Amino acid sequence: MEQQSTLARGGRPVFVIDGCRTPFLKARGRPGPFTAAELAVAAGRPLLARQPFPADAFDEVIAGCVMPGPDEANIARVAALRLGCGERVPAFTVQRNCGSGMQALDTAARNITLGRSDLVLAGGIEAMSHAPVLLGNTMVGWLSAWSGARTFAARVRALAALRPAHFKLIVGLLRGLTDPVVGLSMGQTAEILAHRYGLSREQLDEYASRSHQRLSTAQDAAYMNEIEVIYDREGRFYDQDDGLRRDTSVEKLAKLKPVFDRPFGMVTAGNSAQVTDGAVWLVLASEDAVRRYDLPVLGRIIDSRWAGLDPAQMGLGPVHAMAALMAQHGFDSRDIDYWEINEAFSAQVLACLSAWQDDEYCREQLGCTRGFAPIDLERLNVDGGGVSMGHPVGASGARIVLHLLHVLRRNRSRRGVASLCIGGGQGGAMLVEMEETA
Amino acid sequence: MMEGVSHWHLETDAENIAWLHADNQGTHTNVLSADVLVQFEQFLVELKSQKPRGLVILSDKKNGFFAGADVRAFTPMESKEKALELIQGGQHVLDQLATLPFPTACVIHGFCLGGGLELALACRYRIARDDVETRLGLPEVRLGIHPGFGGSVRLVALIGALKAMDLMLTGRTVSGRQAARLGVVDHAVPDRQLRTAAVRMIKDAPRPHRPAFSARLTNQRFVRPLLASVLRRQVRPRAREEHYPAPYALIDLWLRHADSPHRMMAAEAESVAGLITGQTAQNLVRCFFLQERLKSLGRDAEFPARHVHVVGAGVMGGDIAAWCALRGFSVTLQDQSPERIAPAIGRAASLFQQKLKVRHKVNEALDRLMADHRGMSVEKADVVIEAIFEDRTAKQDLYRALEPRLKDSAILATNTSSIPLEELAPVLARPERLVGLHFFNPVAKMQLVEVVRGTGTDQSIVDKAVVFTRAIDRLPLPVISKPGFLVNRILMPYLLEAVVLESEGVPAPIIDQAARRFGMPMGPVELADTVGLDVCLHVARILCEQMDFPVPERLERLVGEGRLGRKSGSGFYEYHKGKPIRKKIPGSYSPPADLIDRMVLRMVNESVACLREGVVADNDLLDAGMVYGSGFAPFRGGPLHYVDETGAARLKQRLGELQERHGPRFSPDPGWEHAKEGWL
Repeated sequence: MEQQSTLARGGRPVFVIDGCRTPFLKARGRPGPFTAAELAVAAGRPLLARQPFPADAFDEVIAGCVMPGPDEANIARVAALRLGCGERVPAFTVQRNCGSGMQALDTAARNITLGRSDLVLAGGIEAMSHAPVLLGNTMVGWLSAWSGARTFAARVRALAALRPAHFKLIVGLLRGLTDPVVGLSMGQTAEILAHRYGLSREQLDEYASRSHQRLSTAQDAAYMNEIEVIYDREGRFYDQDDGLRRDTSVEKLAKLKPVFDRPFGMVTAGNSAQVTDGAVWLVLASEDAVRRYDLPVLGRIIDSRWAGLDPAQMGLGPVHAMAALMAQHGFDSRDIDYWEINEAFSAQVLACLSAWQDDEYCREQLGCTRGFAPIDLERLNVDGGGVSMGHPVGASGARIVLHLLHVLRRNRSRRGVASLCIGGGQGGAMLVEMEETA
Repeated sequence: MMEGVSHWHLETDAENIAWLHADNQGTHTNVLSADVLVQFEQFLVELKSQKPRGLVILSDKKNGFFAGADVRAFTPMESKEKALELIQGGQHVLDQLATLPFPTACVIHGFCLGGGLELALACRYRIARDDVETRLGLPEVRLGIHPGFGGSVRLVALIGALKAMDLMLTGRTVSGRQAARLGVVDHAVPDRQLRTAAVRMIKDAPRPHRPAFSARLTNQRFVRPLLASVLRRQVRPRAREEHYPAPYALIDLWLRHADSPHRMMAAEAESVAGLITGQTAQNLVRCFFLQERLKSLGRDAEFPARHVHVVGAGVMGGDIAAWCALRGFSVTLQDQSPERIAPAIGRAASLFQQKLKVRHKVNEALDRLMADHRGMSVEKADVVIEAIFEDRTAKQDLYRALEPRLKDSAILATNTSSIPLEELAPVLARPERLVGLHFFNPVAKMQLVEVVRGTGTDQSIVDKAVVFTRAIDRLPLPVISKPGFLVNRILMPYLLEAVVLESEGVPAPIIDQAARRFGMPMGPVELADTVGLDVCLHVARILCEQMDFPVPERLERLVGEGRLGRKSGSGFYEYHKGKPIRKKIPGSYSPPADLIDRMVLRMVNESVACLREGVVADNDLLDAGMVYGSGFAPFRGGPLHYVDETGAARLKQRLGELQERHGPRFSPDPGWEHAKEGWL
C-alpha cells in the first residue's frame, strides 16, 4: 500500500516559485572542486538573491543528501546558515537514497499543505566525488591497539601484527551503491532488468546516445536555464553540465566493456548514469506566501507517491510509484504531457517503459486490470538525463521536478510526472501542473 | 588613596589573591601614560607590604589590555635627557613589578602592544585569550624606536633571540594562540577560562617559562655576532640604516649587552632616548598621528551599509570586491561574463586564505562574495562601486542603466582615476549622488582611498563615502575632483621626470637607486613598469594636457611597441619571471649631480600646487595622502613636512636653478609664497 497523502485531498495548494541548480560536474577520479556544502551554497545564493523576500523569511530548509561530507552532518542546516537564512530558520536533511531530493520536496510540500509552513527552501545536494574512503574494521581495531601500546615492546608487538589486509581501504561510494540486503550493486540490478526484458546492448547504447544528443541540443538552445554559473577557488568557472559527450555515438558506446557483470553483461559506464556532483534548490510556497510577497508562480506540486518493491529490481520503482499516482487521479499516460524518469541506467528506463505497458506485470505487481498506454519517447526526458548530465544521487530527484516544470512552461503544457528509482527497492513519483493561465 | 581620577583599582579576593584592574579614566583604551605608571607604582608599593598570595593584573576595557605607551608624550621630545628620565622611570616601575616577592600573572585580552606587552613581560606568568582579536606585539620599530621598558631584555631571555628579534624587528603582532606557541604567554585559553587559569598559575606557581635549549643558545656570546649579521641582512632590504636606525640599534644593543640584563637595561634606555629625539622617530610619530587623523574621519556621520555591488571585475574592481567581503560586507561582483569574474573570485580565495587562515572563516568570506554577471543585486546594494575600464561613454551608459535601480539611500561611487566626475555625473537624474572612491593597487596593501568630491557631489554623500571607507578599514582622504586627484597628480611629474632622465641616458637602475636612497619604497622607473606604461601614458596625457607640458616621447614609443611594463614582460626594464633584469652599470659612470633633486622637487612643487589649489584641505592631509597612498618616505613625514625640515627658501631657490637649466617644468608654483606662513 502506498502512503496516503493529504496533498491531493483538499489541503492547501503548494506552489513552486523558482529554482536553480549548479551544473552537474562529473567525478574525475579525485575529489571535485566543490564540497557538497559549497555546491549547496553556490546553487542557493543566486536563487535567494533574486527573490523579493529576505533569506530569513523561510519557515524551514529541507535538503536531500545521501552522503554529506564528514564535516557536513545535517548538511541542510550547514547550507541554510551559510546561505544567510539565519539561526532561527530550522533545517533538516532527508535521506531516501536516490529519492532524497524528491523526498525533500515532498516533505516541504506536505508541511505547506498541512499549514505548518508557508515558505520552504527545499532541494537536493550531492558531492559523490567527495565520498570518503574508509579504513576497514581490522585497521580500526589495530589503531586502537596501537594507541593503547605504551611500552616499546608492546609497540613492537603491535607493529608485528600488522598485515597487508589491514591496509585494505573501503571506497565509500561503492559501498553506498551496493544493496546490503540482496548483496547486489545497483549496476547488477540493472543487468537483471535488461535480462528480464530481453533488452539488447544496442538498445541500451542507443538510448544512452540519444540522451547525449538531447542534452547537447538543449544546451545549444539554452534550455538548461535553471543552471547557475559556479566559481571555484582557483579562478575557474563552470556553466554547463560537463559530463556531456557531444561526439558520442552508438558505435563508440559499443566499444565500452561491461562494468558489473563482467565480462558478458551489457551495462557499461556509457549507458549508466555518471557519478556526479551537484546541488538543486526550489522555493516552495503556500498561497499566503505567494500573496504576501507577490511571488511569481512557476507551477504547482499536486501530489506524490512512494512505493516499495523487490530490491533486486529496484530499477522498476518508477512504474510502481507512477501507477499509484495514476490510480489516485484516474489518469492514463495520455493525460500526462511530459515525463521525467531519472536515468539511473538506460536498461532501467527501458525496462520501466516495457513494464508500464505490460498487462501481466501491471496486473500481478500493481493490481491494475491491464497495462498503461505506452509513454511517448518524445515526451520523456526530452532534454537528456542522468546518462548524459549525471546523477548526483541526492540531488536528481529535485532536478527532474524543476526541469520538468521548465519543460512544461517552454511547451505551454499543463501536466507532468517526474519519477525515479531508488536503491533498496523503492520508487518515487511526483505530479506537477502549470497554473491554469499558462 | 589618590587625588583625582584613578586609573587602576585593586581588590583582594577570599583566597588573598590581589586583582589589579587597569581602567584608564576618560577613554575607551588603556594607555601606559606617565600618570598611569605613577599610580601603578603606588599600588605596587602598597602590595609589597600587603603581601598577598599573588597578584593578577587585568584590564577592564573591552577592546584590550594596553595599547602601548603614550605616543603623545613622544612628540615633541625636547631633549635626550628628558627622554632618558621618562624611560628609566618606566623601567624602574616594571622592575618593581618583576621583583615582587609573590607570583604575578597578567591576563591579556584584545591588544597588548608595546609598553603593554612590556608590562606583561615583567610578570611571572601571562595568560592570553585565544581568539584573533587578541593581538600581542612590540611594534615600536614602526615609530622609529624599539622597546624601552625592558621589553627587549625580557623578551630575548624569555623566548630566545631568534623569535624575539623577529617580533621586535618586524613589529608584527601575533594572536593569543601564536603567542602561546612562541612562549610569549604561558597559556592561550578561551575567555571563560581566563580567570581560572590565572588563579591556577598563582596557586600552583610553576617554574616560569624558559626557552628551549636551542633558543637559549641564541643568546650566547659566541653565537651573537653571527646571528646579528644574519639579522642585519634580513632588515636591510626593508629598511636602510640611514633612514631607519632603530632596528640596527636594537640588534647592536642585544649583540653587545645580552650577557648582562642589568647593563642591557641601561643601554636599552640610552638607545631609545637617542632614537626618540631623532628625526626619523619624530617623523614616524607624525605619520602615526596623520594616520590617526584619517582614521577619525567620518566618526560623526552614520551610514549603516551592508551590501556592496561592484561593477567591473578587473584587477581593481575584483580586488575591491574581495576586500569589502573580507571586511564583512555582503558583496556582489558584476561583469559582462563569468569568465571575466572567475579570476577575481580565485584571487579573493587566496586573499581570504592568506588573511583568515581558518577554514570556516575563509568559507564565510567566500560565501559573502557572490559573482553576479547579470547584475541582479543592484537593488539590494547600499554602495555601488563602478570600476570598469576608463571610458567616458561606457561609464555614462552604465550609470544610466544603474541609476533607476539604485536604492534611495545608496551611494554610487566611481573608481576612476582620470575622468573628472563632472563629466560623468550629468547623465544621472541625481548627479549629486556620484562620488569618487579611488583605490590604489594592490587594494589589499594600499591603505589609502581618495574620496573624491565633484563640484556637484552632495556633502552628505561624501560623508557616507568616508564612513564606508572606514568601515572597510581603509584610510579615507577627502579630495576634490581635479585631474589626477592628489596622489597620482603628485607622483606623475616625478615619474615623468624619471622618464626624461632615462631618455637623456641615465640608466634606469641608477634612477631607481637614487629614489630609493631618498626613501621611496620603489624607484620611479620600476614603479611605472609595475603600474603599466599604458596606464601611465593614459594618466600622463590627461595631466600633461592640464598642466601644459609635453608627454615624454619615450613613453609614447614604448607603449607603441607594445612594451607595457612588467605585465608584458618588458618596459623600461626587461623582465624575467616578473623580476626586472638590472644591467650592470660601469663603475666609471657618474650620474648627473641634480638627479634626485629633479625628481623630488617636481614632486614637491606639485604638492605645493595641490595645496594652493585646495585639492586637499590642509598640508597634513596632503602629507598623509602621499605617505599612505604612494609610500612617500614615511621617515620624512610627507613632502610638505620635508619642505619644512629642509627649508622652503632653499628648495624654492633650487627649483629656480633647475628651471634655468631644464626649462619651465621646474618653475616654482605660486603656492611657495605660503610656505613661510606655515602653509595656510
